[in-house]
Amino acid sequence: MLRVENHVVLGKIQRGRKVTIIVDGEKVEVFEGEMIAAALMASGKKVFRYTKKHGKPRGVYCGIGRCTDCIMTVNGIPNVRTCITPVEDGMVIKTQRGLGEWRSDTGDD
Amino acid sequence: MIKTEIAVIGGGPAGLCAAIEGTKAGAKVLVIDENSKPGGQLFKQIHKFFGSREHQAGVRGFQIGEKLLEQSRELEIEVWLNSEVCGLDSDKNLWVVRDKKESIKVIAERVIIATGAVENSIYFPGWDLPGVMGAGAAQTMININRVLPGKKVLMVGSGNVGVIVSYQLLQAGAEVVAVVDAAPKLGGYGVHTAKVCRAGVPFYTSHTILKAWGSECVEGAVIVRLDNSWNPVTGSEKFLDVDTICIATGLTPLSELAWMAGCKFEFIPELGGHVPLHDRFMETTVSGIYVAGDISGIEEASTAMDEGRIAGVNAAASLGYIDDDKRKKMTEKLWKRLNSLRCGPFGEKRKSSKDRLLTFRGEA
Ligand SMILES: Cc1cc2nc3c(=O)[nH]c(=O)nc-3n(C[C@H](O)[C@H](O)[C@H](O)COP(=O)(O)OP(=O)(O)OC[C@H]3O[C@@H](n4cnc5c(N)ncnc54)[C@H](O)[C@@H]3O)c2cc1C
Ligand code: FES
Repeated sequence: MLRVENHVVLGKIQRGRKVTIIVDGEKVEVFEGEMIAAALMASGKKVFRYTKKHGKPRGVYCGIGRCTDCIMTVNGIPNVRTCITPVEDGMVIKTQRGLGEWRSDTGDD
Repeated sequence: MIKTEIAVIGGGPAGLCAAIEGTKAGAKVLVIDENSKPGGQLFKQIHKFFGSREHQAGVRGFQIGEKLLEQSRELEIEVWLNSEVCGLDSDKNLWVVRDKKESIKVIAERVIIATGAVENSIYFPGWDLPGVMGAGAAQTMININRVLPGKKVLMVGSGNVGVIVSYQLLQAGAEVVAVVDAAPKLGGYGVHTAKVCRAGVPFYTSHTILKAWGSECVEGAVIVRLDNSWNPVTGSEKFLDVDTICIATGLTPLSELAWMAGCKFEFIPELGGHVPLHDRFMETTVSGIYVAGDISGIEEASTAMDEGRIAGVNAAASLGYIDDDKRKKMTEKLWKRLNSLRCGPFGEKRKSSKDRLLTFRGEA
């Protein structure tokens, strides 16, 4: 279990209601208001994108919106910093390849 | 277009304290922060603070953060969240993007830049694998997002952030497999280091990471001993079974906006690199632009708060809200507090570096 439910200093976790997001076509239950990167990490996902030139995997590096390592395609918009973007019910999230593509239909690329 | 008397960029401990002092003096203040919550790095600091009672020693960082937010609400300070400052010029015009939608120009009479810092990286084969991250990133994950970035962690760097985050990883339920430091001596405050030692975590001084290993993400790391000239000793490699590698090798001031506005800089390694020159009142070389907190030299939240207060008092004074006599008294009092924080083996070095910074302005 990767979620820190009870914490010696911070106490019990307080969070929003359960919502569902779609990650690479799969439904994942997460909590409203948590950051996309945290929700994915809690579900065990570590690779958020592959680089343009060499196709190397990337994940969370700074966790505070500074490095852009964690960018993914969210609701059809590429290059979204997932560590500072909260989840919303029904959000469609895709592992990004290279610079990603802008599309409005959020379908397969 | 929007006008304000004082624009504060960054709502961390430095920015919030600047805004509180400016507002208390009577100025109209606008705080702008790109996060969805104010507080900067303060809410992830769940350890007790050092210093005097005035510095709320013994109180945990996030509790201090809550107090600052309460005070800001009571003073009805205007705070724009989810708002990035993307540009700043020497005439104190700010270009702000709000909610990733709206582009707004803010014209300020005074600007206080309190944008904080970024974590440094070090480079080794595999450093770009998912699972290698800043120690502060791991701290954000466990204490703010309440998710463990991994279960078996190697901490690279035994300075304050390294040992504090190691302890907090233990508190959150992770295993800290080892703490390595290239220096022959441990670098953090004794209290924090001792707690991690007592928990049974092995410390390796004169050791560094040789490489991270894994196909899609970290599956292990190799550490190596360094000789007196800091060269790896062949045959001393040790394999560690880890899934996360945290890098705690210092911070660099986040100073792009100060560069953009034309502030003069000086390179002071002890303060984290290039630092905008400023005087005792935290004013930079560009009239009416102030700095406070990590951007003016990497220290800690307690010093960031007092620097913010100095900047807030002086920005408000320069607008006529505080008379000169009172301004000097308030500033001196805050400097005394700062000096009391800048003592001991770690503080002394920062104090002498800060003093050096002031000499460039012909002060100190
Ligand atoms: C990840 C991390 C963890 C840390 N953990 C510890 C710790 O455990 N113990 C310790 O003693 N020190 C720690 N530090 C050092 C810490 O920086 C100081 O303790 C203190 O928080 C500095 O305060 P500040 O107000 O200068 O900056 P911050 O607290 O970083 O606040 C700066 C704020 O400015 C905002 N900002 C930056 N640029 C812009 C922009 N262009 N537009 C709008 N808003 C912007 C940021 O989002 C942030 O909210 C940590 C630093 C980092 C980066
Ligand atoms: S991890 Fe650096 S921007 Fe998200």
